[in-house]
This record gives sequence, C-alpha cells and structure tokens, in this order.
Amino acid sequence: MGANSSLRDRFESGLAAPICLTWELTYACNLACTHCLSSSGRRDPNELSTTEAMALIDEIAAMQIFYINIGGGEPMIRADFFDIIEHAINRHVGVKFSTNGSRITPEAAQRLAAMDYLDIQISIDGVDAETNDALRGEGSYDAARRAMDNLRDANFGPFKISVVITRHNISQLDAYEALAKEYGAELRLTRLRPSGRGVDVWDDLHPTREQNRELYQWLLDRPNVLTGDSFFHLSALGEPLDGLNLCGAGRVVCLIDPVGNVYACPFVIHDQFLAGNVKEKGFNEVWTNSDLFTSLREPGNPGACTACGSYDACRGGCMAAKFFTGLELTDPDPECVFGHGETALEAKRLEIRPKPSPDHSRRTPVRIGSK
Amino acid sequence: MSRHVSLRDESFGALAYHHVNRRLVFLKSKPLVAIVQDLANFPTAREAIAAHVDEAEVARYEKALSSLVPSDIINGR
Repeated sequence: MGANSSLRDRFESGLAAPICLTWELTYACNLACTHCLSSSGRRDPNELSTTEAMALIDEIAAMQIFYINIGGGEPMIRADFFDIIEHAINRHVGVKFSTNGSRITPEAAQRLAAMDYLDIQISIDGVDAETNDALRGEGSYDAARRAMDNLRDANFGPFKISVVITRHNISQLDAYEALAKEYGAELRLTRLRPSGRGVDVWDDLHPTREQNRELYQWLLDRPNVLTGDSFFHLSALGEPLDGLNLCGAGRVVCLIDPVGNVYACPFVIHDQFLAGNVKEKGFNEVWTNSDLFTSLREPGNPGACTACGSYDACRGGCMAAKFFTGLELTDPDPECVFGHGETALEAKRLEIRPKPSPDHSRRTPVRIGSK
Repeated sequence: MSRHVSLRDESFGALAYHHVNRRLVFLKSKPLVAIVQDLANFPTAREAIAAHVDEAEVARYEKALSSLVPSDIINGR
C-alpha cells in the first residue's frame, strides 16, 4: 500500500473512520507473555456484554469500517467469541483476529474455515520452543504450532504468522519465512514496543541499531512480508518501507479496549491517550469529535528532529515508544536509526518512566500444555 | 465494481476495500468514485466516464480506471 505525500497529508488530518480499528475483546488470557502490550491476564468485570458488543459491531458497520482487528488478551476465551465474529461478518465487516492458538482445536479450525471474510493471525515469537517460550511461556510454542496444523488440515487457506522482533529472535528471520512457506501462510513482523508489560523488558529485548539496519534491508528485499507499518522509523535509512510511513494514532488507527475505552492506538493503553468510552457516547462520536483525536490530527511537530534531514522519512517515529521510555513526544524515537534516541534516553536515565494503566496481569505464573 | 468491494466516502474521494484479496485502494477524486459506482449502468467504461467528466479528461480517467483492475476493485463483465 503506497501513498504519495499529498495523500499522506490527508491521512494526517484524519479520515471519516479508521482504516485499522483494533478491538480487544477481553483482558483475560491463558498466557502471560513478558512483552504483552495490554498487560493482560485477568478479565475485567466491566468488559462489554454480548449485547454491547453486538451494538458496537452495528455501529462499526454503519461507519463503513471495512474490517476490524480483534485481539485481547486471548479473544477466543470469550464464550461469545464465535457469535461476535459471525455477527461482524454478517454485517459485512471483515474480521482479522490475533490469537495464541491454544483454542484452535480441529473442530474450531473447521468452523473457522467455513467462514468468509475472516483472517487469523497466530502469534509466535521464536522458531523453536526455547526462543518462543522464553517470551510467551512454557507450552505456548507447541500450542501455536498445533493451531497452525489444525488450520492447515481444515483447509483454512493462508493465515498469518505474526512475530514480534526482538534482539534474540531477529537472527531467525529466514527461518520464519521458511515456516510461513511451509504452511502456505503469510509472515507478519512487528516491532517490540515498551507498552504494557513490555515496558519491563524493552531495554533488554529491543533490537540493537545494527540489527535494525539489517532488518530494514531484509524487509526492503521482501515486500511480501507484512509489517502493519510497524517499522516506519527505519525508513530514515533510505528508501521508504512499504506502508503509509506515519504515526496513524487517532488518524487512521485506534483501539477499543475490552471495557469500551477508546485509545489512540493499541500501544498506548494509558490515561493520557484515552479519547473516550463507547458505552457513554458511541464510537463514532469519540472518533470524530474527541479532543484527543482532534489534537493528534494537527500537523506533527518535528521538535528535536527539526535539524535532522530525515524527518520527512520517519516522522520522528513511534509515539508509544517515546512515551513509555520516558521521552517527550517531540523527542526522536528511542530506536532512531541515527542514535539520536539513545542520546535522548541517556539524558532521561534517572527519570521515572510512565507506568501503563490499567494492569490486568495475573498474580501467579501460568503455563499451558505439559503439566 | 466487484461484489466483494466496499466503498467509503472520504474528503479526497473514497477508500475502496476488497474483502477477499484485502487490498485497500484510494480513489483520489470524487468523479472517479462516481464513475466506479455508475459503471454497471453503462454498456462500456468509456460511456460511464463520459457521463461524469469533460471530453478532455476522458483519457486520464480511463487510465485511472484501468489501474483498479489488477486489484479486482472493478472487473470485466
């Protein structure tokens, strides 16, 4: 999806409805990944009821939102999961959902394979159990592979394999590509963000500057590998990566969390980026008129990046990555390819970083599979 | 227009989304949106274009329309 600069200006000033709406169905999760963006684990008692969820889908359909990205938590844990996605698809709203795969039994795979306009994204963060389970918990690798096997055996068609790139799994890029090929799947790589529980592991897990440079080249050579515009901060290295190459928060992207709170993007679950709640005003009102989204649609302020010739390429990078590492939103991205972010981080080394809110982490460790 | 495509009006024209191949395409002018929506009512694409834009612009819109074929936003009958 390429976009010329005038079109990008249009996107910066916002659209009638989001292109990419993420809706997290529940904070409940049977895993406890170290880098969970939404600090998931326990269900929130105020999560949308089935009736509220169905009404939200009707509103999404009325806004002509083409598809929704469903996540969590683990969305398949909700007892009304299939009712929700079937209602969306019946209303002509396409669904892509992200899952750890543990609930994709052979029977569930058959049911999913029979549905149109449905896309599934299985999360796996290592090409072997050792690498993956270090981040996602014991048994999670086997569960994800079983889900892939079940989808393949049910003839689901091409699903997506989604990998968060870290300092430790970035050496496996070619192996992920081979794994996706083995299943006839699409590979999707995303950026590790210091959001949710990720704030505690980001310093140790985010790729080094050298690794990011290699990743940029690898992606440039493989336009078919999906990234969800995750790595636009790397476009400062030269030729832009495929995508809109801008921070879409509140402009083309937003998040509805399990209790109906609307945040600017899936990576900023924090009061400072809360635009409103769908239970109070409806989603359209929040998207169109909230003060937060209106301010995010103003032209970007290059801030500390003004003097850098690459601002037009990277637009200063990811708002969430800056915020949760304690940087100002006008600072460079903490992973700025020229190292300006590292300098900015060093200056804030002794400051307390913002804590994600809310936190639904479990209080006890979890494991799945082998007991 | 493909039966799998949804259109949504935007200030610059419209966004088109193909539910099967999941391509998102930008229709960058209002006349182009009107032509795409009206294609089925004319025997040929050229006639649909001529109904919405001046003669001098027909060639430009023919080119814009043909760029929507590879992504199956529109297709032949």
